[in-house]
Amino acid sequence: MLEIHNLTKIYDGKVLAVDNVSFEVKEGEFLAVIGLSGSGKSTLLRCINRLIEPTSGQIIWNNTDITSASQNEMRNVRRKIGMVFQHFNLVSRSKVITNVLSGRLGYINPALSLINKFPQTDIEMALKQLERVGIADQAYKRADELSGGQQQRVGVARAMMQEPEIILADEPVASLDPVLAHSIMQYLEKLNKEDGVTILCSLHFLDLVHEYADRAIALNQGQLMFDGAPKEIDDARFRNIYGQEAKRVG
Amino acid sequence: MQREKSLIRSTGFGLAILLGMIVYAYGFNVTKVNFETTRSEKRLTQLSRIMRALAHPTLFVYEKEELEVTAPIYLPCPKSQVSAHKPNMSEAYLVLTPNCAGPGETIIVEGHNMWPNTKGPINFLALSGVNLTIGNLHTDENGYFKAKVNLPKRKPLDVSQMIRALARRNIGNPEFSDVAKSTWDKIIETVFLALLATTFGTLLAIPVSFFAARNLMSSQKSSLTNVAFSTIGWPLGILIGIQTALTLKSFVAQILVEDVLIRSSIGSVLGIGLTWTVVHWLFPKKGSHSNLNIYKPVQAITIILAILMSILTTYMIANLAFVLGQVLIEPLGPVGFIGNFISQLGDVLIMVLPVATALLGGGTLGIAGNKLGQYVSDHMSPHLIQITTICASALAGAVIGAILGNTVDWFYQLDNPQQTLYWPMSIGATLGVLASLRISHRHTIPIGYVTYYVTRTILNATRSIEPLVMVIVFVVWVGIGPFAGSLALALHTVAALAKLYSEQVESIAPGPLEAVRATGANRLQTIVYAVIPQIIPPYISFTMYRWDINVRMSTIIGFAGGGGIGFLLQQNINLLDYRAASVQMLAIAIVVATMDYISAVIRERFV
Repeated sequence: MLEIHNLTKIYDGKVLAVDNVSFEVKEGEFLAVIGLSGSGKSTLLRCINRLIEPTSGQIIWNNTDITSASQNEMRNVRRKIGMVFQHFNLVSRSKVITNVLSGRLGYINPALSLINKFPQTDIEMALKQLERVGIADQAYKRADELSGGQQQRVGVARAMMQEPEIILADEPVASLDPVLAHSIMQYLEKLNKEDGVTILCSLHFLDLVHEYADRAIALNQGQLMFDGAPKEIDDARFRNIYGQEAKRVG
Repeated sequence: MQREKSLIRSTGFGLAILLGMIVYAYGFNVTKVNFETTRSEKRLTQLSRIMRALAHPTLFVYEKEELEVTAPIYLPCPKSQVSAHKPNMSEAYLVLTPNCAGPGETIIVEGHNMWPNTKGPINFLALSGVNLTIGNLHTDENGYFKAKVNLPKRKPLDVSQMIRALARRNIGNPEFSDVAKSTWDKIIETVFLALLATTFGTLLAIPVSFFAARNLMSSQKSSLTNVAFSTIGWPLGILIGIQTALTLKSFVAQILVEDVLIRSSIGSVLGIGLTWTVVHWLFPKKGSHSNLNIYKPVQAITIILAILMSILTTYMIANLAFVLGQVLIEPLGPVGFIGNFISQLGDVLIMVLPVATALLGGGTLGIAGNKLGQYVSDHMSPHLIQITTICASALAGAVIGAILGNTVDWFYQLDNPQQTLYWPMSIGATLGVLASLRISHRHTIPIGYVTYYVTRTILNATRSIEPLVMVIVFVVWVGIGPFAGSLALALHTVAALAKLYSEQVESIAPGPLEAVRATGANRLQTIVYAVIPQIIPPYISFTMYRWDINVRMSTIIGFAGGGGIGFLLQQNINLLDYRAASVQMLAIAIVVATMDYISAVIRERFV
């Protein structure tokens, strides 16, 4: 469903963040992206929905090239691609329900959303999504009153409002403690298994990769170093990905 | 080596001190510093007089009654014996000891049976009618006083002149003085002047601030084709918008030749009904299926019809408000100003509508131009794109040239179409062609940055002119008074707030913006859902701060003819009536302090 061909991103003509990366994501897959900080994971994910404009290369999404899509076409593409962020990226002064509802912005008439009006069906859907991540009782609180784990669940609910075919998760658990990390990963796994949503998730910890991912790709300094099942990452490959001095933890 | 270095260093230090001395010496010279004047006795007396006057604001007045007692005095003592003054001892009377003296000599004045515990002046009434105050009296509880006074140095006369003692006392309750009343009127005017200036300034500053925010504008990029078509679209749309508005305006005026009230009411109701029906048909409430999906030309015609109808309706409502307000002034009596307010609102609506339609037209055609350009670059062969871009940018350059030429012509009245029209247009067209040849259609122009810098420059230029100076221009336009003052303050508020606001927009967290964009939200939705919630607290805080500034500014804007309390203050200072000026200063202090308190409370609640 998603093919990346020779994707390259150079910031300001100087910094090479993603270097000629090609891979493919199959429908219903849980794909982990691993690599050190600064290896280009975030840039790669953001190139896929063009929050960052790629310098060159092609991104084929359901047989259309989205690197050359117009703004209107991008709206239709983006609303099918949910995104979850490391720092949750909620609008902290808005209510939880408003944050969740903003996942519908790609669907509703822009004129109506200007006066903060969402269809009743969307509001019911938002409450259902909040219930699903277990924080329905927090719906009318301000987003910044929630704890970190709860905020990330709001982030997941927001992505689910898009009825996405794929979710891009950019280190979704890096700001959370290990227990919360597992609970968020379990939500993503549930979406993957029950709803058939494809997940493309960048992760730091290999144990999480082993536990949740079907397949993993690894980046080092913008280059694709590995593409295969997580259990194939042996010590040699590990050093290839994380550098010669790295030690395995966890 | 070490020594040499320290020598150089200390020489440099000495030179720096010398230079500083010279700078300050010159400063003293230029600003005419002269501390001797501060010690001069005459000036100190004047200073204390003014300070005391300022400490006695004429807030209250009493009705007063006076007791006048006189006694004859000879200045100097005549040669022949004079008969002693025989006052009626049962009433108030004066005793002078002695009852004659030379000019400049001291005598004792005693008063008996006067009002107890009163004050007043002791006067010398010359034969010529001149009245000189030579002392003050202060009676005890028995109505007795004794005062030493110096007789004035006047021309010697044989006949008797008069010493008069005046005792004054207040009767009845204190009343507000006329000064206090007029100050009250003007301070109310001042507060509302600041309120209007802040409100309208804020409303305009909010949209402007988005154009002056680097983070919102920097991502705006467009190909030359789009920019060129958009540049042609804007002025064309503005022209069409103004023309439409004016045509509809005269059309409404024709309908409302007579029976304005009835006809405009019917027109307003009909207009609202029809517009609502059409809009409702276009955007049905239930379900996501909008009639927008029907046959495109029909849809376009309906939208245009809806816009025309809403303009027409707005004119009807504006006329209705104007007439209704006028009619209401009489029956409303003491709150007749509400009628005037409604009427003025109608008038403002009539004035502003062409501007609004011009912007609407410009915006619509600008966006349409942009889309046309995009369509061209998306669907045509590279060769055709090249040709279209060249033509469009030549035309766009010519349009810009014509606009610039016309502006120059308006200011300098050159009246020479060769210089102000043909040349600028050809130069613009040439530049357009050159640009289109240099820039390939795949390259994008950072049109957002251009907008950002243009907006910033205009804001900075406007902000650098103080409202006190701006008001001079507005006084010429709308006459002396608070209206001119509020216009000047509003304009300055737009410039100052838009800058402060835009800096707040620049400092918002980028994360939520990214998240909302990732959901497929368009630019406007991103602003509504990710930008606005983040900027509400600083916006409120800055608006309150500006309201504070405007209150203070409005107190002096009257100095330049802008109405408010400044006018009274300046008048009284010029008349040397410091006690009256003191009332106005007191009022300003109270208002500013109160505003400060209120704004602190509001800020606490929202931020």
